[in-house]
Amino acid sequence: MRPVYMVSGGIAKFKKAYPDRDFRLLVKEAFDYAMSDVPELTLEIIDGSVASYFSDHFTRQLMAGAMAQDYLGLNPKPSRRVEGGGATGGLCFQSAWESVASGRMEGQRVHRPGLGHQLRLLPRWLLLRLLRHDGAVPHARVRNHRGAIGQNIHQKPPQRHSQPIRPEPHGPDSGRRAFLSNGSYAAHPAGHLTMSDGAAVCILASEEMAARLTSNPVRITGVDADTDAMRMADRPHAKVPILPHESESDYTHLKYPGVHSFRAGRMAAALAYKMAEVQNPLEDLDFVELHDAYTSSELQTYEDMGLYKYGEGGRFIESGASELGGVLPVNPLGGLLACGHPVGATGLMQAVFAFWQLQCTIRKHMSDPFLQIPNARRGLIHSHAGTGTDITVSIMERP
Amino acid sequence: MARRGRVKLPETETGTILFNLDPIIIKDHYEIDYIHSYAQDSPFFEGLSKGELKGSKCTNCNYTYATPRGHCMNCGKPTQWFTLPNQGAIHTFTTCYFSGEVFLGETPYTLILAEFPGVDTLFMSRLIGADPAEVRIGMNVQAKFLRNSKFRVTDVYFVTAQDG
Repeated sequence: MRPVYMVSGGIAKFKKAYPDRDFRLLVKEAFDYAMSDVPELTLEIIDGSVASYFSDHFTRQLMAGAMAQDYLGLNPKPSRRVEGGGATGGLCFQSAWESVASGRMEGQRVHRPGLGHQLRLLPRWLLLRLLRHDGAVPHARVRNHRGAIGQNIHQKPPQRHSQPIRPEPHGPDSGRRAFLSNGSYAAHPAGHLTMSDGAAVCILASEEMAARLTSNPVRITGVDADTDAMRMADRPHAKVPILPHESESDYTHLKYPGVHSFRAGRMAAALAYKMAEVQNPLEDLDFVELHDAYTSSELQTYEDMGLYKYGEGGRFIESGASELGGVLPVNPLGGLLACGHPVGATGLMQAVFAFWQLQCTIRKHMSDPFLQIPNARRGLIHSHAGTGTDITVSIMERP
Repeated sequence: MARRGRVKLPETETGTILFNLDPIIIKDHYEIDYIHSYAQDSPFFEGLSKGELKGSKCTNCNYTYATPRGHCMNCGKPTQWFTLPNQGAIHTFTTCYFSGEVFLGETPYTLILAEFPGVDTLFMSRLIGADPAEVRIGMNVQAKFLRNSKFRVTDVYFVTAQDG
């Protein structure tokens, strides 16, 4: 496989609703932002696209990917749509990575006079508008299992989700304390996330094209996506898949994943770590963009990723490690709880934020350097579909 | 033959509900009926109409499902139906104060994942009549069924064992 780089990104601001703009225009805004950030980028050298569009019922629009392709002026180049619930953006990102890594976006275009084999870029976009998210899933079991191995669920500090520079955190519940250390619920009250509308675009390229376009590309060094039973009721109660820095004796009594953890996330992390040669994620990563569509999933995901052992994710939060300036900042720009979750665009938004962090261009794009993680070299983006049915982990690095 | 200038669509008395002009925002009603088959899952819904909770068991590896499926997720072989006991225990639970539109009028309500002895997977259903503050993991629960079956999964619900 060829090395794949991200060379540019753009986001149309996520907000509750855009009555004055439809999804095509939002994608166009994000696309134009990405194109303008790298002046050498032109429509002519773009080889194709992957559309990240979740559900037709949001906009009541079939073939929305094709409509965006049309609106951007990318016809008749190849395009396809991917869909995977809340993980749609992460799957799209990895699908585009595959197209560039395989060489498909170069060799097969030579038949087209005037475009030719110079076409190596793969832009991706998309957006989604959303209804509401009723993420009330049983999480009481989390505490039960944690208790079984001698740990408690701890407090989740509310401040991170109310501090982002996004001017309006979504909804009155966005800063609520969702984990209790003494109570019958592990995650209570679990406020519902306010969904939003928006668009994001990532532009990927081969190493040769990236070098031609920009002096500041970011390499995608690890990708994986894994799955689990559609129904939580069907999830096994078996052994924990062990990461390199863990041992089986850590989880002698833990039945896994049950309904308390996300096997898909653990497997995606394990394989992405292997590909990117990450031995210990807490030491080897500089930040994480985590799909926190509901608050409890953030704690669960810390453990799935092996940042702390199962049952100890609360300590990760209590230690302040996840805060800006901590050992491993998580969602420095606020994550889904602050930005909203226009499903198809969310995973790509994470990629754009990670790209800017690794480029050290947060000041340029946010007009404020506060959220720039100094000297960030390697970041992880994580995209999660409903109740953990499909989870992607991608690792990005500054060369 | 109609003469040029006389050809026109008939006007109607119907109109459009307009909310806003800049941009134009209208009401666009959306409703559809589906002809939907339960296909291989049909015996489960038939069971509900008879006051029975049907699970399935793999004919090859004997893995048992409280939420039935036609083929085993472990080995891919066909399963066969069996009747679950009407009593089980709460594996986990949550109380919903917000929901999808269909159930919004019923909030707050408690969802449970019920477990049954010797059965490998769980079954999600509603717990009726229990104070959310008193629901506990491990609590014994009993399945009850609507007398007038709707052939929906909500035909079955659970109550605490002492209420059954």
